[in-house]
Amino acid sequence: MHELSLVASLFDVIECHVKEQKPKAVTRVRVQLGRMSGVVPELFETAFDTYKKGTLAEDAELEIVVVPVKARCRSCRRIFRPAPDAYSCPHCGSDRWKLLEGTDIVLEKIEIEI
Amino acid sequence: MKRGTPPAPQTRAGRPAVSRSRRKEILVREEILGTNRKVAAELRKRFEERGVLAVNMISSPGAGKTALLEALADRVKGRFRMAVIEGDIETERDAERIRRKGVPARQITTGGACHLEAKMIGKVIPSIPGDVELLFIENVGNLVCPASFDLGESLRLVLLSSPEGDDKPKKYPEAFLSADVLIISKADLFPHLPFDAARAAREALDVNPRLLVFVISALTGQGLPEFVEFLAARLAALRHA
Ligand SMILES: Nc1nc2c(ncn2[C@@H]2O[C@H](COP(=O)(O)OP(=O)(O)OP(=O)(O)O)[C@@H](O)[C@H]2O)c(=O)[nH]1
Ligand SMILES: [Mg+2]
Ligand SMILES: [Zn+2]
Repeated sequence: MHELSLVASLFDVIECHVKEQKPKAVTRVRVQLGRMSGVVPELFETAFDTYKKGTLAEDAELEIVVVPVKARCRSCRRIFRPAPDAYSCPHCGSDRWKLLEGTDIVLEKIEIEI
Repeated sequence: MKRGTPPAPQTRAGRPAVSRSRRKEILVREEILGTNRKVAAELRKRFEERGVLAVNMISSPGAGKTALLEALADRVKGRFRMAVIEGDIETERDAERIRRKGVPARQITTGGACHLEAKMIGKVIPSIPGDVELLFIENVGNLVCPASFDLGESLRLVLLSSPEGDDKPKKYPEAFLSADVLIISKADLFPHLPFDAARAAREALDVNPRLLVFVISALTGQGLPEFVEFLAARLAALRHA
């Protein structure tokens, strides 16, 4: 379980983007979690709520958007969304494909009060 | 006579101007592991410039990472200079096991964290001999979390030991997805277990078709000569790149 250290990195990125503006508070944080990022949204939320205490984001609301997996087939070049536990291209059956989306943890936007 | 509260000065929009707060949205769109990635990229550049093949080893606890390193130490002696960075939550034990083989080893104890991060590697690099050729990083025993953290390695191994069962790659896809090599370990136990090595390999290849698969026993040495030749080839490729 590494949600807490991910949240720590999240706060580093937030800090880096708000410090110039000297906000009174961070009020909303929107994060995209890839379905294959290895992060459990509920655990991420708990870690966020623990970590935010005593920071500028003390009362911030966390919004999580789960990003589905998207892949491109290397044989037929088509883009598809692999279902959990399905590891071949639904168009041609090939198992040679490249993940395009769904593995990252992205800080999408922040709302601050200034 | 007490004066009443003066009316708050009005802004043009008609809202009180005393509380001048307003909310503002900042678009970021940044990968939060970006910092780790940056540090890892610097490490990778440094390793590659110095001709060091850095290898990150990931597996569940007890899959045989340290045992494989002990067996490798005997095999590469006199041929390649090897060093090991050991990641564990607590204790120096694994580093001590490696040192007993005459190989320099540096222990990182994470004190709770379930994975190593690039900056932890950066910190211990100065204590690794400068002329090392094969640098193994044994990650904290955990099949999930270490997969998210690039350590600047050029090669990532995932170990799956036969007692864990052949159905693990699809249950824990992250580590298999990000690895270059799958080592099916404890091959000497195959006769005693309902483990189907072909199925384990098939499942892992479904998840990640570019995996190279080795079947190894650290105990009997099965599969080790092939694996050492593979490492030698990767080291040569890195040096001639
Ligand atoms: N039969 C057999 N046992 C092995 C083999 N490799 C390791 N073991 C045993 O498996 C146990 C765990 O091995 P380690 O090398 O400590 O495993 P590890 O992955 O380093 O464990 P952590 O560092 O705790 O995650 C030990 O009791 C080893 O003796 C093998 O090839 N065959
Ligand atoms: Mg070990
Ligand atoms: Zn296809």
